[in-house]
Amino acid sequence: MLTKRIIACLDVTGGRVVKGVQFLNLRDAGDPADLAEAHSAAGADEIVLLDISATAEQRATLLETVRRAARRLFIPFTVGGGIRSLADASAVFDAGADKVSINSAALCDPTLITCIAERFGSQAVIVAIDAKSAGNQHYQAFARGGRTPTGRDACLWAQEAESRGAGEILLTSMDRDGTGVGFDCVLTRSVSDAVRIPVIASGGAGGAEHFVNVFRDGHADAALAASILHYGNTALAELKQTLSTAGISVRWPC
Amino acid sequence: MTIAIVDYGAGNLTSVKKALDSLGSRAIITSDAEQISGADKLIVPGVGHFAATAALQRNGMLAAIQAAIRHETPLLGICLGMQWLCAASTEAPDLAGLNIFAADCTHFPSQVKAPHVGWNDLEVIRESGLLTGLPQRSFVYFTHSYRVPLIEHTVASCEYGGVFSAVVEQGRIFGVQFHPEKSGTVGKKILENFCELPC
Repeated sequence: MLTKRIIACLDVTGGRVVKGVQFLNLRDAGDPADLAEAHSAAGADEIVLLDISATAEQRATLLETVRRAARRLFIPFTVGGGIRSLADASAVFDAGADKVSINSAALCDPTLITCIAERFGSQAVIVAIDAKSAGNQHYQAFARGGRTPTGRDACLWAQEAESRGAGEILLTSMDRDGTGVGFDCVLTRSVSDAVRIPVIASGGAGGAEHFVNVFRDGHADAALAASILHYGNTALAELKQTLSTAGISVRWPC
Repeated sequence: MTIAIVDYGAGNLTSVKKALDSLGSRAIITSDAEQISGADKLIVPGVGHFAATAALQRNGMLAAIQAAIRHETPLLGICLGMQWLCAASTEAPDLAGLNIFAADCTHFPSQVKAPHVGWNDLEVIRESGLLTGLPQRSFVYFTHSYRVPLIEHTVASCEYGGVFSAVVEQGRIFGVQFHPEKSGTVGKKILENFCELPC
């Protein structure tokens, strides 16, 4: 049976992993390659590395970080942040990524999705959507790290991304990000049910029961975990055992 | 021993090489017919559209692979590489596969999301040198929208929108629908088994 994936997410800036609350207040959490390998060994099903600064000056640092991490990973490895062109995506694939995650650039120029998918395959293209509640169970997609409202409905944008060749959607609830109060299951479910490609839920995980909820009620295919992994307050083994006990199929033992 | 990873422009070959490197195997990435002919083992990887396999007809790669098969060189097709070992795919109906395995690849039924992405378990149907040492129900990583049906050469199956072939084997030719290079320790064991097959 296809299992629900737990994806370890590393937010990286200047070659270090950091974690913030609602996109602010960053704390240092360690070396990306070390953490990626440790999460893989502990049972993470995939690794996502997000370059949250994504400035031109830091591009070389990022590619070196990707190379170092990729050398030590034998599970799927996604890189996102600051990918604005086919050339940016190619550089990240060359450095060893299996998939890229694109967000603002896809909103700005949706043909970029097709362009990367045609060259590297749809399985290699994740469209990331940062969504914020607009009331009445509607959600708006935001660009530029959650700073710029786009006026686009998150569900409609997910459908468009799918039709343009995206292989997966990485859906972050801006309202829940870093709060630890649980995933936004209403948002996740509405997007997951609107598309025919897998949806990765992100933002708000604080405990194992939140993952149970987002798989069961949110219809997520995968869920992103960041801070709860770095600081060890929910070990991956424990999380997967909780999911398994709740009747959710997971890869365990790995 | 040299393993040639056949480069026909479909997908991330460095991850396959990286996994083989970590096992201490000598692997080269090549689209050169002579290097393919001279290799002790062949890996045909690949992700993406079946139409991409048309590139194998360039530079004498196809003839070199066919000759290697006649000389009983062990060959492993991964994902799209496995599908290319079949007769055809509805993804690119005008294009023929190598027809080692007499089966047509078809899209997943509409009741399930496609691509089939993630970790799924293998049901080993019969013994295979490729799967030596693996427990039943081992998890491997898949990402594909088309699949090979169950055939007489299926050695392991997988369930998603129905049962399909996850591993096929005929003589010294193997195909795996999943990505062993992305399947952690289980995947590395499968690649190690392939490396250890007698040449």
